[in-house]
Amino acid sequence: MNPLSRRKFLKISGATIAAAAAVGTISKAIETSDAAKQKGIQKIPTFCDICFWKCGAIAYLRNGKLWKVEGNPLDPLSRGRLCPRGTGGIGAHYDPDRLRSPLIRTQERGEEMWKEVTWDEALGYIADKMQKIKSQYGAESMALFSHGIGVNFLKHTLKAYGAINFAAPSFAQCRGPRDVGFKLTYGEDVSSPERTDIKNSQCLVLIGSHLGENMHNTQAQEFADAVQNDASIIVVDPRFSVAASKAKYYLPIKPGTDLALLLAWMNVIVSENLYDKEYVEKYGFGFEQFKAEILSYTPEWAYPETGIEPKLIRATAREMARYKPATLIHPGRHVTWYGDDAQRSRAIALLNALMGSWGRKGGFYYPVNMDVPGYPYPAYPTPAKEKVDNPNKKYPFAHEAITTGIREATLTGNPYPIKGWFVYATNLLQALPNEDITKQAIQNLDLMVVVDVIPSEIAGWADVVLPESVYLERYDDINVEWFRDSFVALRQPVVESPHEQKPNWWIAKKLAEKLGFGNYYPWKDVEEYINHRITAAGLSFDELKKNGIILGANQPNYFDEGVPAEFPTPSGKIEFFSLQLQQAGFDPVPKYKRPAGGPAGSFRLLYGRAPVHSFSRTQSNRILSDAMPENEVWLNANIAERYGLKSGEYIKLKNQDGVVSNKVKVKVTERIRQDCIYMVHGFGHTAKGLKHAFGKGASDSQLLTRFETDPLMGGTGMNVNFVTIEMEG
Amino acid sequence: MARFGMVIDTKKCVGCMDCVVACKTENDVPEAFNRDWIVQDVRGKNPDLHMEIRTERCNHCDNPPCVYCCPTGASHVHDLGGIVLVTHDLCIGCKACLASCPYDARFIHPEGYADKCTFCVHRVERGLDPACVSVCPTHCMYFGDLDDPNSQVSKLLASRKNHSLIPEAGTKPQMFYLV
Amino acid sequence: MNEYTTTRHNELVDPSLHIWGWEIPVYLFIGGLVAGMMIITGYFIFKGKYKDKACVCRSLPLLGMIILSAGMFALFLDLEHKLYTWRLYLTFKATSPMSWGAWILIVVYPTMIASFLVNVPEYFSRKFPWMVGISEKLQQHKYAVKNIGVVNMLLGGLLGIYTGVLLSALGARPLWNSSMLWLLFLVSGLSAASAFVHMVAKRVEERELLAKADNGFLILEIFVIGLFIIGMLTSTKVHIQSALVLLSGLYAPAFWVFVLGIGIVIPLILQLLAVNHKIKHTPIAPIMVIVGGLVLRFVIVYAGQYTHWVDAAF
Repeated sequence: MNPLSRRKFLKISGATIAAAAAVGTISKAIETSDAAKQKGIQKIPTFCDICFWKCGAIAYLRNGKLWKVEGNPLDPLSRGRLCPRGTGGIGAHYDPDRLRSPLIRTQERGEEMWKEVTWDEALGYIADKMQKIKSQYGAESMALFSHGIGVNFLKHTLKAYGAINFAAPSFAQCRGPRDVGFKLTYGEDVSSPERTDIKNSQCLVLIGSHLGENMHNTQAQEFADAVQNDASIIVVDPRFSVAASKAKYYLPIKPGTDLALLLAWMNVIVSENLYDKEYVEKYGFGFEQFKAEILSYTPEWAYPETGIEPKLIRATAREMARYKPATLIHPGRHVTWYGDDAQRSRAIALLNALMGSWGRKGGFYYPVNMDVPGYPYPAYPTPAKEKVDNPNKKYPFAHEAITTGIREATLTGNPYPIKGWFVYATNLLQALPNEDITKQAIQNLDLMVVVDVIPSEIAGWADVVLPESVYLERYDDINVEWFRDSFVALRQPVVESPHEQKPNWWIAKKLAEKLGFGNYYPWKDVEEYINHRITAAGLSFDELKKNGIILGANQPNYFDEGVPAEFPTPSGKIEFFSLQLQQAGFDPVPKYKRPAGGPAGSFRLLYGRAPVHSFSRTQSNRILSDAMPENEVWLNANIAERYGLKSGEYIKLKNQDGVVSNKVKVKVTERIRQDCIYMVHGFGHTAKGLKHAFGKGASDSQLLTRFETDPLMGGTGMNVNFVTIEMEG
Repeated sequence: MARFGMVIDTKKCVGCMDCVVACKTENDVPEAFNRDWIVQDVRGKNPDLHMEIRTERCNHCDNPPCVYCCPTGASHVHDLGGIVLVTHDLCIGCKACLASCPYDARFIHPEGYADKCTFCVHRVERGLDPACVSVCPTHCMYFGDLDDPNSQVSKLLASRKNHSLIPEAGTKPQMFYLV
Repeated sequence: MNEYTTTRHNELVDPSLHIWGWEIPVYLFIGGLVAGMMIITGYFIFKGKYKDKACVCRSLPLLGMIILSAGMFALFLDLEHKLYTWRLYLTFKATSPMSWGAWILIVVYPTMIASFLVNVPEYFSRKFPWMVGISEKLQQHKYAVKNIGVVNMLLGGLLGIYTGVLLSALGARPLWNSSMLWLLFLVSGLSAASAFVHMVAKRVEERELLAKADNGFLILEIFVIGLFIIGMLTSTKVHIQSALVLLSGLYAPAFWVFVLGIGIVIPLILQLLAVNHKIKHTPIAPIMVIVGGLVLRFVIVYAGQYTHWVDAAF
């Protein structure tokens, strides 16, 4: 029995008062400017921007007021159903904490002291600084960090200006290693949305990938399809995730040892001749060398590394082989874990190759798209310098720009100085590991601009903050998606922006004009731009506006359906043995290296996603924060007992470098191993402007002071931090 | 006469809370209140664990104690499919119904009346599914007439193992969970 | 280990029900107290004691009305939709103890007024001589007066029973889900009323009588509480666990010390000594009984809200 203590009673009454004060229907919070208040229900199709998946949505207005957002049934991504974040999208429009007008810094960077200015002043200030940077250091010294489709026009303006250093955390802090590992193997990456044919897979293997908590809509939906179809699900995770609860086999692996498990699996499959021989013979390159190497990684060898019993390793390997080629070893998405991530991803690619799943139903399909030409802009100036993020191809297999490379150059001035940052819709302080380095780099800048919808932590470090309209209030570039089905989708405004916010296309165009590159914007407004592109593709803009989506013709997705089996690798085949890796001095077949442990008595810090939040962007969305106001630290029940901790009590975490987190609730659970703790990313906000989210929960990013850089591609493995528990008085 | 109920496939439910969020926007449920919610029920010791994930709400009981204890008739059973509803301006806010509900499905709306899930009666009247059912990305929720043997809900209940919540309280709940 | 997590966070409902604060236990206590007072008044009237100028039954109806009004005010304070309170009186819901209560309260007042008029207290007869006329007329009809006494006892009984049924009808709270609760609250109401009257009565015989009656009620109450607990302990898991909330859980200190010790056992001993003339009558014992009765309502209301069916995990 767990008596309700007096303290708990007091807490309840405190919470009651707070709740009573906070009460008020969300949609009543702000009255939008209502130029045309229409009676009844209006439905306007658009696509979502709460995450980057770009699901087709239909926004509903009730008597001219934004009411709700539902999925667009025509849309292949959402299949008519949004995820909870998309459903809570109206909260972005109604968020009382959102940025309202352009701001110029009045005090030191990071102090979040501003004066409100007009757009003209703000853009004039930026243009002025940019011209100075260009004349002093060259246009290459302006860098851009971004996330999502909304950056397209801004990127165009910066390209016209002569900038070349554009990076997104989605590469080096997220899916980069995976795409590199697959590219090295198949010559193509997994891309986004992932080309995983989950709905048709008969055996789905998830390695640390927590579908269902990670709500990438199509994947989560197809995951449920797979469950419905009684697909055999194997989940490898130190934490008993939601996906694990649906699994036939749950492997509670010791963190950091996934590669050992993958090698052992491949060992079983190769030594027991369970692989798709025809496929491997036809498409494989270097299989014999691969085989020779893989034979040493027995399940018995992997057992002490992974903590997974040999018989379970064998059983699961055989299970995978049973359903091949409809066996999908999911490549994951956020895979920057230990610094060996590209090689681990390559092992996943190879295991899939053994199953013959690439290009096959239930494995990896071939995505298709529609041919929609770009807008015929004037040519951009030829850069005088190389990109700054990866000097001398230090990371030879990075095929996208490395954010942390640009940060490094900004800090050191090498290979050349970076003097201006444009940051679009990405909270770099929570996206990049070690926020102190980011802050130090920012101090070397002459200009720091943040374009966002909310006053995020990174906005607090800007010289100029530009408030963008949220997706429900703006046009964006059209989405010509690479997916199972081809289609083009439109984001269009549903309601007006409530304050001074402007859409990114307007900001980009005005800035270009201020910079004297008006000729790069031959169109009057974004509708003219979209109309031009859509018409050039032989499609109707009116139809697109009406339906939100135009579907293309059916095209084949699998080898069986006529997709040519081409692999743009050096050998033209699936590379079981990689000569290019060997030549670059890396392991041609992945090799396992035991991860370093933490100090005695510490726990490895793991982090992940919650279904109702996107990164650190949605905690002030009142609807979504109501669903999950703060994060919790998952702590194994035995450990909690040792500390005398109960669920709901608050603790702090201290990492190996002495950084102490905000106070955070404990979740005492059997659902995690004893050697690690877990928390959902994106909480513990410190930005003063995020009044609602401020101080709620703890920030994992704050504790990620260390990272292991992937030698192949520069990704930052971040699951290498260890924390201890600090009791809260 | 129809008898509306819901069937939840707990095997498919991932607990994403889309149902919770959709209810909020559809019904203007005030901040800090829930008409529906997610329960995770975990049993066992690591690593041999079993977890059932459920979306829960008012069970629209066939034997509704909240209706019986209501002194004014505010809580009542709607003619349409036995949906249990509250008439706001009949409710005095005595909270007996809150105390009578074994599922704790009711709360006091900031405006003073007892509030809870309505099965989205305003949608059901127009032939639509409740908002939560209509948005569920995993398609784990089903709504329909339990008295009609040909309805999808009846067929699911006939063909798959299922349970309701706290049947021993004797309220005859109309939410069923497939296991 | 059974891990049960919910995303629900409704005010007054989570983490456990706490919809009723001090207002309801105070109201329930007062209901029981006034019920007891009505029964005592009715008894005295029925027995013809009202003729005695000093009879406590002359002042009890008025005191009862004042106290009951205070209780009803507490009840009103608890209502969340106060402007709609009148809705109670547009309907009668046979399955709702609340509705019964509302209507019982409506008839309780005229009954108490009638008993008040049987022999109007002196203060009023001086101020409003016309009242004396009514009393005199009433007293001419012995049968009517006797009936006033009977109706007082009857409605007092109903009122006392209803305060318990109100809770026991809410089957979702295992602790309240007992058919002993009406009896417990009725007996507790009678003992509190006896204690109260014992303090305000002027006549020694009445005080003696009520002290003896109170001893009887207290002894009865011990048995009722015992049966209440045994009933719980021999029922389902949730009922056993809810009984343990009283016996060894969160509310055990209040239950053992205040309800049983201070509320019943100690005053019983004191009053047994007093009626046997070992010690003098003091207000100490009656005050203890009244405090115990009040705490009983608090303990039952609070602990009951804390108990629930969900996995019985409290």
